[in-house]
Amino acid sequence: MIRNSFLILLLAGLGWILFQEFDSFKGSDQLNPVAEYYATQGPQEVGAANLVTSVVVTYRGLDTLGEVTILFLTAAIVGLLFKRESNSETEDIYGTSEILLTAGKILVPMLILVGVYIFINGHLTPGGGFQGGAVLASAFVLAALTFSGTTVKHRVLEIVESFSGISFVLLGILGVVLAGGFLDNKIFSLGTFGHLFSAGAIPIIYSLVGLKVGSELSNIVLVMKSSEKGGDHD
Amino acid sequence: MIYLILLLVFGLIMIIMAFTAIHHKNLQVAVIASGIISLLASVVYVFLAAPDVAITEASIGSALTVVIFFYVLNKIRRSNDQE
Repeated sequence: MIRNSFLILLLAGLGWILFQEFDSFKGSDQLNPVAEYYATQGPQEVGAANLVTSVVVTYRGLDTLGEVTILFLTAAIVGLLFKRESNSETEDIYGTSEILLTAGKILVPMLILVGVYIFINGHLTPGGGFQGGAVLASAFVLAALTFSGTTVKHRVLEIVESFSGISFVLLGILGVVLAGGFLDNKIFSLGTFGHLFSAGAIPIIYSLVGLKVGSELSNIVLVMKSSEKGGDHD
Repeated sequence: MIYLILLLVFGLIMIIMAFTAIHHKNLQVAVIASGIISLLASVVYVFLAAPDVAITEASIGSALTVVIFFYVLNKIRRSNDQE
């Protein structure tokens, strides 16, 4: 009883503090200096029609590299903890339902297409490497759920992941050599604003990030799937 | 105005789903409820003009996380059966 009243008191206090914040909130009608610089100079300097992409990949490219590294570490740790069983040839007890099978046949190719579209057009439309990679991974997971016989080779995912990670860092170092700094996108010509082949290295970097994120996320889920199928004996 | 009403309805459903996820006896229902929260949150992000975040939330929050939770639940149930 006392514990519950303390909880209610705590929640009421928290709600009061948050309400004060909400009540005194006034949206500013002009951008702060950094945001204004990005908004006015971004299109000329970077050449990406999607301003978010020019900030994420070029102005704050190092942060993106850090996020990709964190995701890589997560995938590596999951792979370490969940041992892959080599004989994952256990039969499905329930089988795949007709609804899932039909939906999977239609949805898997479309999801792969949407994912690739999102990360290739990352500098033009909303979305980018992370979003496209996540959609791509959900396509592979749906395929693994639906067609229980087919699996993606672990080796292929590893190669795609390592290749795209190394190329990402190499493109960044190439920016130091050829252009203004690490992950500068002006190592290729900026092209016409708003076209598919524009904004320098951004489409290439985002495609690499998309492949890397997609292979990492699907690797996490597929490792869990194969370890769940084999069963634990300890 | 219609956006505000929709946002309020979505927020209400999200709060109900959050309570379901915490208090429901069946874990599978709880996992699905948490997936519904992510799905509605992604719609709210689109209303708030953040399509990037919406795509991430929809694919990670309501697809991959739910699938991972189900795999782990299966694994726990199997290792309980073996004992």
